[in-house]
Amino acid sequence: MARSLKKGPYISHSLEKKVLAMNESGKKSVVKTWSRRSMISPDFIGHTVAVHNGNKFIPVYVTENMVGHKFGEFAPTRNFRGHIAKKDKGKR
Amino acid sequence: MARISGVDIPDNKRGVIALTYIFGIGRPSSEAILEKAKIDPNKHVGDWTDEESKAIRDIITTEFKVEGELKSEVQLNIKRLMDIGCYRGFRHRRGLPVRGQRTKNNSRTRKGKRKTVANKKKAVK
Repeated sequence: MARSLKKGPYISHSLEKKVLAMNESGKKSVVKTWSRRSMISPDFIGHTVAVHNGNKFIPVYVTENMVGHKFGEFAPTRNFRGHIAKKDKGKR
Repeated sequence: MARISGVDIPDNKRGVIALTYIFGIGRPSSEAILEKAKIDPNKHVGDWTDEESKAIRDIITTEFKVEGELKSEVQLNIKRLMDIGCYRGFRHRRGLPVRGQRTKNNSRTRKGKRKTVANKKKAVK
C-alpha cells in the first residue's frame, strides 16, 4: 500500500540534514547512508550518495529522473551471476 | 465499418464492447465515452449515424491517449526505469518479473518458453 500523502515522503533526518547543509555551503562530498528506505527528494540532485547494500556502499549519483524512488532501489542486495556450469562444478 | 483513431474497425458489436478494441480504452472509459456522447451503449456500431461516430472520434482524440501514442509512452516509462539503473529497470532488462513475484517456478510470461538445462541430474538417491 502506498504511504499516506498527509505524512509526506519519508527521508531519514540525518541524511536530509547533511545534504541540506551541503547545499547551503555549496560543497559536494559523498554521503554514506544505511537508509535505503529514504525517498530521493529534489534536494539530492547532483550529489553522490553511498548506499549500503548489506555488504558495502554503492555510490549512487542522483539525477533528476530518480526523484521519487528510494535509495535502496539503486543498490542491489543480491549478486546472482548465473548457475554454475557443470564442468566448473568441482573447482570451487 | 467504423474507423476510429487509426486502425481499429470494430463492427456488428455493441458500442461499449466495440470501443474496447482500441488499445487504451477498456470498459470503464468506453462507458464514459458513450455516456458523454449520449449514445445508448447497447447500440451496435453499424447503427451509429455519422454524427454519432464523429462525436465519439472527437471525444477520443481530445481526452484520451490511445494506440501508438500510449504504447510509446509506456515504452518511454520502461526505458526511464532502465536508464536510471534502479532495481525495476534491471528486472526489465533481464526479462524477469518486476514486482517481486517468485521465479523458482512459473513467471513464464516474462521468462518465455522453458529453456531446458542439458544434463541436469535427477536427484540421485
